[in-house]
Amino acid sequence: MQSLAGYSPAFLKELYRKMVLIRRFEERAAELRSLGYIPGFLHPYIGQEAVAVGACAALGSHDYITSTHRGHGHILARGGDPRYMYAELFARRDGYNRAKGGSLHIANIELGIIGANGIVGGGIPIAVGAGLALKQARQIAVHRPDDPRARRANGVAVTFFGDGASNQGAFHESLNLAALWRLPVIFVCENNLYGEFTPQHKHQPIRDIATRASSYAIPGLIADGNDVLDVYRVVSKAAEDARKGRGPALVECKTYRHRGHYEGDMGQYRPAEEVAFWLEADPIKNYRRLLLAGTVCSEEELQALDEAVEQELEEAVAFAKASPHPAPEEALEDVFVESYGGRALL
Amino acid sequence: MTATPKAEKERRLTYAQAIREALAEEMERDPSLLLLGEDIGEPGGVFGVTQGLLQRFGEERVLDTPISEEAVIGAALGAALLGVPTVAEIMFSDFATLAMDQIVNQAAKFRYMTGGRTSAPLVIRMVTGTAGATAAQHSQSLEAWFTATPGLKVVTASTPADAKGLLKSAIRDPDPVLFFEHKLLYNSRGAVPAEDYLIPLGEGRVVREGTDVTLVAYLYMLPRALKAAEMLASEGLSVEVWDPRTLVPFDRDGLRRSLERTGRLVIVQEAPRRNGFCAEIAAIAAEEFFPLLKAPIKRVCGTNTPMPYAPELEQFVIPDEERIAAGVRETVHSTVRAVSGG
Repeated sequence: MQSLAGYSPAFLKELYRKMVLIRRFEERAAELRSLGYIPGFLHPYIGQEAVAVGACAALGSHDYITSTHRGHGHILARGGDPRYMYAELFARRDGYNRAKGGSLHIANIELGIIGANGIVGGGIPIAVGAGLALKQARQIAVHRPDDPRARRANGVAVTFFGDGASNQGAFHESLNLAALWRLPVIFVCENNLYGEFTPQHKHQPIRDIATRASSYAIPGLIADGNDVLDVYRVVSKAAEDARKGRGPALVECKTYRHRGHYEGDMGQYRPAEEVAFWLEADPIKNYRRLLLAGTVCSEEELQALDEAVEQELEEAVAFAKASPHPAPEEALEDVFVESYGGRALL
Repeated sequence: MTATPKAEKERRLTYAQAIREALAEEMERDPSLLLLGEDIGEPGGVFGVTQGLLQRFGEERVLDTPISEEAVIGAALGAALLGVPTVAEIMFSDFATLAMDQIVNQAAKFRYMTGGRTSAPLVIRMVTGTAGATAAQHSQSLEAWFTATPGLKVVTASTPADAKGLLKSAIRDPDPVLFFEHKLLYNSRGAVPAEDYLIPLGEGRVVREGTDVTLVAYLYMLPRALKAAEMLASEGLSVEVWDPRTLVPFDRDGLRRSLERTGRLVIVQEAPRRNGFCAEIAAIAAEEFFPLLKAPIKRVCGTNTPMPYAPELEQFVIPDEERIAAGVRETVHSTVRAVSGG
């Protein structure tokens, strides 16, 4: 666990608030799904909050992320609004994707979120493309400073993915390409020890996925994925290097999925002692303890933050419940930009 | 800027030169446009299409890639989603199989999945069809796979002038476009206007006028269809040859207008018969234009086999002008039989 020295109280409290926001967003989502408000899949991020919050704390407004099927945490950490997220999960018109995407596809380019993704590893090559656009922005800033794309000249792209995705060709092709072109891309692997229902030792012959960086001559770093400040520190260093043109890095965050692969999977394939160990290593519980042990804030202040999160989520749920359902024929819109009369053509 | 090439300014270019000219002009017009592909830089591509572009535009814009189709298409998509238009080359369209997730699950659906809040100005150049004895993994005509994936526009350019005008439109299009170019057309020559012009996606073209039958053909089947039409003219048959030019969006009105003139439909494709785009055109005609038809619709297609290696086997598989002409004769004959049979 990190020392709190050198961080502002506001920053430290914001990390806490974001993690609680994600935890409670996910717990409520599970409840709302059981009540019938959410028709589709949910892959809860509970237990991994420190990764999204620590990594996104290292990012600025001209940076981009790609996310995964377990994406709510990344989106909230990156500034996603719970109102539009719940509305999307509820399949309502005010959702981020106007009810066309659902949990697996929430995106908002303006917030720097190039999307959750329903395909394991699918977002990784897309982040390489974001890195390409960001590298080009450095040229644009020199030659055409008035071009709005020049503003992201210092940007980096972070791609989140899991241990399972690190076995996909897309992962290896993307590391190779980003390393070759020295793109500002940070590959953040959340090793939660399970690829869907399969434990890591049964899906890959290594423990430290970070070692795979050596094949591509880029740094392979390991962070304690249950320690928000450690994730922040490691990703910040990688981002700083990427911003300076030193190319990509692979950051492996060791963490654990408290729940099953998706809401409804009881995760009974996991040994009880393993689950108990990781519940004890809960990133929020431990960070809370750390904050209270220091002089950063009081129990009352943290309770106030907890209550503010409850209030925000209460309002977000009410917003989503009040949002209209899409009209059925809206299914025919948005296939193309110039949709030839707004209808999906043959 | 005109949609119709003007005869008085004709120059004759090869199809490969026309594509290269379109790429170069669009790179001049938009300094952010990037090209990506295997061997497109120094070597100028396997078929020489991108020759000279690296020297002219530099390695920051003409990106020679590793043999990594999935990452290359994903990278092209990611850049496009951030407002950087990209043209990626798939050296042989068969290799698109290695990038299917990025093409089908990601690029095609991104806008739709995000409720219309994103746009991906991405072109994938699909080098397609046989090059002669290129066998089963370097010869396929896979365009119908992608027409069956909503969210992709599918262009099939059959002449140098069309290739240039359509590619320029594809590059300026805000949606992902798969641009199919046929290997055996690269050295074909044709008139290409000197001035800047675009050919809009979704407009077919009457390549040869006629009154007895509409013969639909694209890519390398177009020159063969024209030869067949010429042969049939000497037999007294007036064949209208119509090139859809883009399969998605498809020019229904253009097909209808041609059928109004001819009342008969023969459709040609290099791809295997089963589930080819011919079947879709036939279904459109049967569903929407049935009252115009005087005879059953006829398809002349590749056989339902992988592409064989031996030239005599390949020749058997892919329709030639004799088979196309036979299909036309059969259609005209069946009309006569139907009428005389009362």
